[in-house]
Amino acid sequence: MTVQKLPMVKAINESLRRALASDPKVLVMGEDVGRLGGVFRVTDGLQKEFGDERVLDTPLAESGIVGTAIGLALRGYRPVVEIQFDGFVFPAYDQIVTQLAKMRARSLGKVSLPVVIRIPYGGGIGAVEHHSESPEALFAHVAGLKVVTPSNARDAYWMMQQAVRGDDPVIFFEPKRRYWDKDEVDPGATPLPLHRAAVARPGEDLTLAAYGPMVKVCLDAARAAAEEGRSLEVLDLRSLSPLDFDCVQTSVEKTRRLVTVHEAPVFFGAGAEIAARVTERSFYHLEAPVLRVGGYHSPYPPSRLEDTYLPDLDRVLDAVDRALAY
Amino acid sequence: MTTGTVQFLNHEGELTSHPDHEAEISPDGLRKLYHDMAWSRRMDAEAVTLQRQGELGLWPSLLGQEAAQIGAGHALGAADYVFPSYRDHGIALCRGVDPLDLLRMFRGVTNGGWDPAEKNFHLYTLVIGSQVLHATGYAMGLAKDGSPGAVLTCFGDGATSQGDVSEAFNFAAVYHAPIVFFCQNNQWAISEANERQTRVPLHQRADGFGFPGVRVDGNDVLACLAVTKWALERARSGEGPTLIEAFTYRMGAHTTSDDPLRYRDGEEVAYWNLRDPLARLRTLLEARGWADGAYFDTVAAQCEERAVDLRARLRATPDPDPGDIFAHVHADGHALVDEERARFAAYQATFADAAGRGE
Ligand SMILES: Cc1ncc(C[n+]2csc(CCOP(=O)(O)OP(=O)(O)O)c2C)c(N)n1
Ligand SMILES: [Mg+2]
Repeated sequence: MTVQKLPMVKAINESLRRALASDPKVLVMGEDVGRLGGVFRVTDGLQKEFGDERVLDTPLAESGIVGTAIGLALRGYRPVVEIQFDGFVFPAYDQIVTQLAKMRARSLGKVSLPVVIRIPYGGGIGAVEHHSESPEALFAHVAGLKVVTPSNARDAYWMMQQAVRGDDPVIFFEPKRRYWDKDEVDPGATPLPLHRAAVARPGEDLTLAAYGPMVKVCLDAARAAAEEGRSLEVLDLRSLSPLDFDCVQTSVEKTRRLVTVHEAPVFFGAGAEIAARVTERSFYHLEAPVLRVGGYHSPYPPSRLEDTYLPDLDRVLDAVDRALAY
Repeated sequence: MTTGTVQFLNHEGELTSHPDHEAEISPDGLRKLYHDMAWSRRMDAEAVTLQRQGELGLWPSLLGQEAAQIGAGHALGAADYVFPSYRDHGIALCRGVDPLDLLRMFRGVTNGGWDPAEKNFHLYTLVIGSQVLHATGYAMGLAKDGSPGAVLTCFGDGATSQGDVSEAFNFAAVYHAPIVFFCQNNQWAISEANERQTRVPLHQRADGFGFPGVRVDGNDVLACLAVTKWALERARSGEGPTLIEAFTYRMGAHTTSDDPLRYRDGEEVAYWNLRDPLARLRTLLEARGWADGAYFDTVAAQCEERAVDLRARLRATPDPDPGDIFAHVHADGHALVDEERARFAAYQATFADAAGRGE
């Protein structure tokens, strides 16, 4: 396959196809992932190509899906499981937190669980309750898990390759409202280390640190700010656990100002952790407190209110103004 | 123990009998059932159209499940309490829920929509299987209070795979809770057919938990009504839980977002179209002379009128106030929510100011 312009759904699909083709131990499991190809079509055609021994339509039970994926991993398989929507991961939360995350340490390193849990997440698609949430902090808080989230199709392709190849459990959050955005995907490119952040747009005056669906919003904000003569640097964190604090530090020590942006509630969120680390590492470089843009401490609202709830360009620029005013 | 599938009205519209159960048959009663089934179907079709026109975000159609829902709905007494899934619009109508409230939820105006205690009808639950445990706990509470009512809870064939549902069966059995587990087996969980969920007929699950399980023809409103009535009466009189598997068929897509052509064949759909729950009741009513063309025309006209009214009321539904984001988060308040609400209001006001200046 040569370089192609693909939407994120197709990039992940191609990446899974390659993983299934190159390693007979890779399995794809989940609700509706086989015959239907997933409700977002991320696994479209995979069961047809690899058969139902490799691509499994499972019973409707998230705890069952993750629990049996753990057993299959103990038996040498590398399951890539799908949770249909963010809000439906919680029946599996017990298996993820008490077993998947901890079994390696419990076994003194004798047991590895190379399980990837794909979760379409985030809002902005006008969905009903439980279909728009951003629960990443609930997983990043748990030692033993790795938590990553691509912001574009290009990264999604190679990040999935790396996630499947690694021997640790990975929670792979897919920003569902960017599923249909296209980008150049180069299967021949050497994949980067999975947990490395990227400077998505270089700038001088302030750093915007974002991931997943909010990277695009920050890039738009940076373009708008540029028209007013402000140079914003945008970081695409790509991984939340581990988090590339070196990249954040380098950027902040250059721009001296930081605004974090995510859809998830700010209270005990990723932005809070980043703000604390930056204060510890770069206190004397800061010209302003680290400001956070994100969700409120409320349940995700009904969809008619989500445009008001979700951070947008105006909210980001409002925080930028406040940070620059110091 | 009930033997075989309970059926009183076969798909050709003929009355049949069953050794363990009895159907109540009166022309008036049948006409009422027909009317409610017809209205639930018409209301549902209206919702699908409204979704297509962008007025709703999503709609899970009940098409094909009218007999199961109207049968169960008619079995309920005033003191009984229902914990529905998200496709149980027919039962909602039986409980007096305004269909506008169902539509408002799928429009994205609210995540709930009605006062559960006022209707004895809990909110829809979208997380598969969760409500079955709530229903069991509620039934345990009814029993503790010595209350006369029973609980009916609805869930799908797919839901039976969830741990929550098995846990609910066991709690209900252990505590002898006054509950009816009403499983609408429409044979599909989105794209997954029954064999992906179970190796045994679902009603047999009850055996292992120690209470009766009955399969009824879910497209036969008389069977659904009779068996649900019997099971509720058992619950009310202290005989514990019952599992009813209403064997039916999801004639439409899973929801308006779904394309069933990707995973099931037309022959199956055609087979079940011949088993349409409304058609067989109409055949019976006509054959017995209990309803004539004029009656069916009147029902259709009434349904049409109400659909037009529903559409108008939905279109007039305002969007919620943005401040609602912070409403009802806690019972006793929360300092952070208050702080964020105030900051949110101040931020929103900057747009109003800016707009004001622009004028
Ligand atoms: C815990 C959970 N997992 C996944 C989903 C996504 N989902 C919505 S409906 C559905 C299928 C449900 O099938 P069934 O229980 O048979 O009910 P039906 O839709 O047929 O009425 C699935 C998988 C969900 N809502 N909740
Ligand atoms: Mg079903």
